[in-house]
Amino acid sequence: MSILVIAEHDNANLKPATLNTVAAAKELNGEVHLLISGNSCQSVADEASGVEGISKILISDNAAYENHLAESTANLIKSVASNYSHILAAATTFGKNVLPRLSALLDVQQISEITEIVSEDTFKRPIYAGSCIATVKSNDSIKVITVRATAFDPVNSSGGSASIENIDADNISDLTSFVGEEIAQSDRPELTAASIVISGGRGMQSGDNFHLLEAIADKLGAAVGASRAAVDAGFVPNDYQVGQTGKIVAPDLYIAVGISGAIQHLAGMKDSKVIVAINKDEDAPIFQVADYGLVADLFNALPELSEQL
Amino acid sequence: MKILVPIKRVVDYNVKVRPLGDQSDVDLNNVKMAMNPFCEIAVEEAVRLKEAGTATEVVAVTVGKSDSQEQLRTALALGADRAILAETDSLLEPLAIAKVLSKIIEEESPQLVILGKQAIDGDNNQTGQMLAAMLNYSQATFASEVKIDGDSASVTREIDGGLQTIKVSLPAIITTDLRLNEPRYASLPNIMKAKKKELDVKSIGEMGVDINNRMELLSVELPASRQEGIKVESVEDLVSKLKEEAKVIS
Ligand SMILES: Cc1cc2nc3c(=O)[nH]c(=O)nc-3n(C[C@H](O)[C@H](O)[C@H](O)COP(=O)(O)OP(=O)(O)OC[C@H]3O[C@@H](n4cnc5c(N)ncnc54)[C@H](O)[C@@H]3O)c2cc1C
Ligand SMILES: Nc1ncnc2c1ncn2[C@@H]1O[C@H](COP(=O)(O)O)[C@@H](O)[C@H]1O
Repeated sequence: MSILVIAEHDNANLKPATLNTVAAAKELNGEVHLLISGNSCQSVADEASGVEGISKILISDNAAYENHLAESTANLIKSVASNYSHILAAATTFGKNVLPRLSALLDVQQISEITEIVSEDTFKRPIYAGSCIATVKSNDSIKVITVRATAFDPVNSSGGSASIENIDADNISDLTSFVGEEIAQSDRPELTAASIVISGGRGMQSGDNFHLLEAIADKLGAAVGASRAAVDAGFVPNDYQVGQTGKIVAPDLYIAVGISGAIQHLAGMKDSKVIVAINKDEDAPIFQVADYGLVADLFNALPELSEQL
Repeated sequence: MKILVPIKRVVDYNVKVRPLGDQSDVDLNNVKMAMNPFCEIAVEEAVRLKEAGTATEVVAVTVGKSDSQEQLRTALALGADRAILAETDSLLEPLAIAKVLSKIIEEESPQLVILGKQAIDGDNNQTGQMLAAMLNYSQATFASEVKIDGDSASVTREIDGGLQTIKVSLPAIITTDLRLNEPRYASLPNIMKAKKKELDVKSIGEMGVDINNRMELLSVELPASRQEGIKVESVEDLVSKLKEEAKVIS
């Protein structure tokens, strides 16, 4: 039995969530292979060959794979799928885009966003915004799975020695073409990989006021996140959103500021180790999940907090 | 251009769902049901394209029990022209739902199919992508902006790092993200009018598709609960607790 993990990368470096996905694959007790498709992405294969737990890397380097579009990527994975019992990718926007397309090509029912591996065919996954956890058993011959990265500790990025094998591009599709991308540049750590996250909600009142959070983030080496209300109001870009339909984070410390604690927001952060809530409403539901709650006006509390750090 | 909009009846997003006493499934007795919020966004987008003169007809479709007609009527009240219920009493998985939808799409041949990115019951986020694969259509998931341009569409997608724009050839599958639009409310006159619009009920049994489930639900439980926390009196108190008790900052 071999397990295939689909690498996520930007043609230069592996995305951290790939290491969590390899960790999940290792729990399945088989040889773990990694598929890298991209353009001029040899450096990704070199980096990945050092990752702990991978025995072989398949690389398909072709201009058609530059932007990881779903149509061609799914076709490529399908061309090697019959060699594997499980095919895994991180439940990121990349994995969520490509893997269901692959599962339909293979005529299998994908298992989305697993948080625990019970056995090689049985998995746990949150449903209803994490209100419940379902245990499901898959009867498909190939299991196509997306993995919630925060539920699996990443493997080491060094210590491995995987072989690298080139594979041909397969069935490149021209249904879709890439036009452009606006990728946010930030010196702060990535939201899903940060060990401290500080998020703001509607209570922040404006995008300008997010500098109050940024000042603290810079002192703590934290990432900055937001609730949906803050994103919808245009305070910050969409990639800040934490929650059921945004990013799932589970840092050592999560600080929620001016966020009420709707279930859809909690779905994205309630597995954080320590949760702090700052809210002027003492009955805000966020306090029910907070280890430390501070009932205060954020416009007083944040400058004070910044000063004391 | 004809647009098909698959919608799903789900538990209202304000309901906190709990497992049944025997943990065999979630408890859906007497809970409020509604159209999946992402599907409302899909209907809205289709109706706006019709209002803009880009689309000529909007067809809402659902695969489900007879009571899903309620959500189809909502779609009709929001501006869809007609509706189709592919009726079944079984609870289907996304793969089977996509197979039923692809049958209907083959009959209807729409130029555009707009779905929600995710149904908030199973949080699967699969159906649109599966449908695109089955029909060999282009796909644009997690859309926050859609522009139709002749025989293609330019779609801006919400991705983890920011925004991506792609061009998809029509016919295409689009799935909606939260910021694509803000759905309208159905007005009373439109709710009344919707009662007279065409709603076609088809039986899934006659479609000849394999709807067998591939997964078994073994149990449903509550997530591990968090230990109750405390309220701190001041910022100073908070900082010292984080340093000395939780040891998460230094
Ligand atoms: C399908 C669907 C998906 C969704 N997905 C997500 C998601 O992924 N992520 C997400 O976050 N939400 C999501 N939501 C939205 C969610 O239901 C809530 O509407 C949203 O989380 C509310 O954001 P908020 O807490 O910032 O705003 P509000 O609920 O308005 O809360 C603002 C809080 O700020 C406090 N406040 C105001 N002023 C101050 C002050 N000066 N000092 C201190 N406190 C102050 C208030 O007391 C209040 O508690 C989704 C909803 C739906 C229907
Ligand atoms: N039973 C169904 N009938 C019609 N459309 C559905 C059904 N289930 C899911 N969909 C569509 O697929 C989208 C994604 O659902 P899911 O893949 O279950 O997360 C929904 O927002 C709907 O647009």
